[in-house]
Amino acid sequence: MAIAEHKLTSVSPATAYSGSFPWRTWLATVDHKKIGIIYIVSAFVFFLLGGIEAMLMRVQLGTPNNTFLSADVYNQLFTMHATTMIFLMIMPMNVGIGNYVVPLMIGARDMAFPRLNAMSIWLFLGGGLLLYMSFLTGGAPNGGWFAYAPLTQVQYSPTAGMDYWILGLGLTGIASIAGALNFIVTVLNMRAPGMSINRMPLFVWMNLVVSFLIIFAFPTFTVGSIELLFDRQFGGAFFNPAQGGDAMRWQHLFWFFGHPEVYILILPVMGMISEILPVFSRKPIFGYSFVAFSGVGIGFLGFIVWAHHMFGVGMGPMANAFFAAASMVIAIPTGVKIFNWIATMWAGDVRLTTAMLYAIGFISMFIIGGISGITLASPPIDLQQTDSYYVVAHLHYVLFGGSILGLFAGGYYWFPKMTGRMLNERIGKIQFWIMLISFNVTFFPMHFVGTEGMPRRIYTYEAGMGWDMWNFVETVGSFFLAFSILVFIYNVIISLRSGEVASNDPWDAATLEWTIPSPPPSYNFLHIPVVNSRRPLWDAKYPHAAGDDHHGESSAPSLVRYEYTDEDTAGAKEIHMPSLTFSPMILSGGLTIAALGFIYINKDILGLPTRMAALGFILIGIVMVSVAIRGWIVDSRKDSPYLGQHH
Amino acid sequence: MSATSHAHHDEAGQAPLVGSLGVDSRKLGLWAFIGSETLFFTALITTHLIFYARTKAELTASGMFAHLDPKHFLGINLTSVLAAILLASSLTMVLALAASKAKEWQKFRFWLLATIILGSSFVLGQAYEFTHLYEEGLKLAPQFVFEGETVKSLFGVTFFTMTGFHGLHVTLGVVWLIAVYFKVRKFAASPENPMDVELVGLYWHFVDLVWVAIFTLIYLI
Repeated sequence: MAIAEHKLTSVSPATAYSGSFPWRTWLATVDHKKIGIIYIVSAFVFFLLGGIEAMLMRVQLGTPNNTFLSADVYNQLFTMHATTMIFLMIMPMNVGIGNYVVPLMIGARDMAFPRLNAMSIWLFLGGGLLLYMSFLTGGAPNGGWFAYAPLTQVQYSPTAGMDYWILGLGLTGIASIAGALNFIVTVLNMRAPGMSINRMPLFVWMNLVVSFLIIFAFPTFTVGSIELLFDRQFGGAFFNPAQGGDAMRWQHLFWFFGHPEVYILILPVMGMISEILPVFSRKPIFGYSFVAFSGVGIGFLGFIVWAHHMFGVGMGPMANAFFAAASMVIAIPTGVKIFNWIATMWAGDVRLTTAMLYAIGFISMFIIGGISGITLASPPIDLQQTDSYYVVAHLHYVLFGGSILGLFAGGYYWFPKMTGRMLNERIGKIQFWIMLISFNVTFFPMHFVGTEGMPRRIYTYEAGMGWDMWNFVETVGSFFLAFSILVFIYNVIISLRSGEVASNDPWDAATLEWTIPSPPPSYNFLHIPVVNSRRPLWDAKYPHAAGDDHHGESSAPSLVRYEYTDEDTAGAKEIHMPSLTFSPMILSGGLTIAALGFIYINKDILGLPTRMAALGFILIGIVMVSVAIRGWIVDSRKDSPYLGQHH
Repeated sequence: MSATSHAHHDEAGQAPLVGSLGVDSRKLGLWAFIGSETLFFTALITTHLIFYARTKAELTASGMFAHLDPKHFLGINLTSVLAAILLASSLTMVLALAASKAKEWQKFRFWLLATIILGSSFVLGQAYEFTHLYEEGLKLAPQFVFEGETVKSLFGVTFFTMTGFHGLHVTLGVVWLIAVYFKVRKFAASPENPMDVELVGLYWHFVDLVWVAIFTLIYLI
């Protein structure tokens, strides 16, 4: 067993977060683990920003006829809240954890294209910062996260906000496609010997499925937003019915992307749950193939249901019937997964750690969101509920109750691997219960006010509509929800400082990332492991139970922190890892600056000077991109495996 | 590019970047990228077709279509020549790849240069076509003037957007071809050259294929 080869003996204190911040090794990094951490930290910062936007909206809606926010600011806030949470929080958080964990799980030393990986993170950050710059330059985007035409045409959204939205999301879109290509190649081509497709951990499976969703879904969004940009900047009229355009065309282009997008948000989290439940139930996942292939099924069906977001526009009975039926079919693979998760816990030795609590919370809340989803898949019901708070309740049950609770499960589970410290379990459990209860207090009443007719996206309402009490309850709940996030931040800070030191394998887990030190060395594996089963580490630890379905009570997890010995690491010097390079960052910076130029290239603000400045930005951007491409080629030649092989 | 590949490349006959799927990583990535690009062009082309059908219906109803058929704007002669040029460049690309695999660098440089020249000719031809159309009145605007009459149609908008993005892809392809040309000239003996050539060839054929679709759907049908 190759994974048992490591001589793991000496003990040393956690080193990852002590000492001064070695900025160069982070800014020029191509290490998938560091890139993953940058993703996670920046996504968390955007999570806080999106949360603050949500809190401002909840304060405004807490009482009727409130004047805390103006209608315009409220429009900006709900647009930016959704855009942030979807594109700048859940997606990059998934990508960040995937970036860190997927190569470890398949026994690889890095992603297939480390420099492209670095480009993705900086481009994502550039796009996010560009979006947030709009608050300082005359108004954030205010047309809603699905930016329906013709509201987004320049005569109805005259500020530059929507242009920031188009180009900011354009940059994060390029980052996502590049990242997805990287995941596809990594998963297909970088697996350790023996790690066949049907032995891959389910988290890896789901990342593969999601990567295909990204590369096939994002292009139509790109085309839609380019066309919208042409409408706004160059008099295009693609989506302007007054000039012969077609507003429905935007809806089709957007939702052909937008619906797969919601699976892009949830499937990686389902993968995390499928890793966590078996470990804390002391049983292998029930029905591995069913869980894997139902993920593939959800991904496939996700492409033929987009118009269920458009029942309200009147597509006719045939289209409605088709999209309703296709949408309901998705309940089957989703239900398969849920039953498999429950069956995994069934008769297992369930250990209720914080990660496990969050995983169970995910299943419970996702079922509620799934059921309201089925009701919305039915056109007659949808026509009653569309654009009401019932939809807001549904989407928060699947995205917060689903994705975000699942991400907390993944966070508690992999935090020891990433930092070398355990998160405090006691605080974690308290935080879980505050979050779960306050989440339900905040969002469950939205079902009621929705069915009582409260429209979404209104900045205030009259007293006496029957919505007052529940809106107040929701606002109170949201404060406790925000408090639970603060508790989490407190937990992270004290755990990083003085948390229990994590061993290689604190959870007695089954997959390859737990065979190496916490945090892993830059090269991950001293020797590339050879894999013989779906749960290589369990089989190594419990050879008598290998192939058996039940692993019984775990031995006490070791609390010793292992490092490679000097003798081992002497061998590691021969492992060549890709060199540090700033080129991906310069390239991303150049694209971001050019995008800023594109926003103002045809705007009549201050006349000629603005256009000249915009043109200057575009030129600077092009120069930076050119310089970076050259630097990229030079730097990549340093690591070329072909060097020294000239015949 | 991969570190793990070092562990593999001593094994008999395996190329250094070949991974667990038995394919070069860059090639696999490019194929996935081409899959993504297919959706990109599908969205652009369907946008054009939807609005074209609408224009046709409206103009036919008012009895103007025969006179104002958007194809009248598009010299089929010029674009046929452009199509022939681009298809020929696919042939020279194939010959360049074959030469690079046979390590006949002299021949390779000849065929790659031919591809570069043909590709650039296409870009120049398209630039000429765009200028010509613009002068005739076709603009990136929801109406244009043809023979003194104002036509309300998104034809110009969708046409320029779609063919413009194709032209951009061809231009980037030419830049990539030139980069490979100089790289191979500098590192003639490098064993990675055939894969470099294969990658740019793959992209080049894809861009040609998109043109075949655009040419058929817009100029022929």
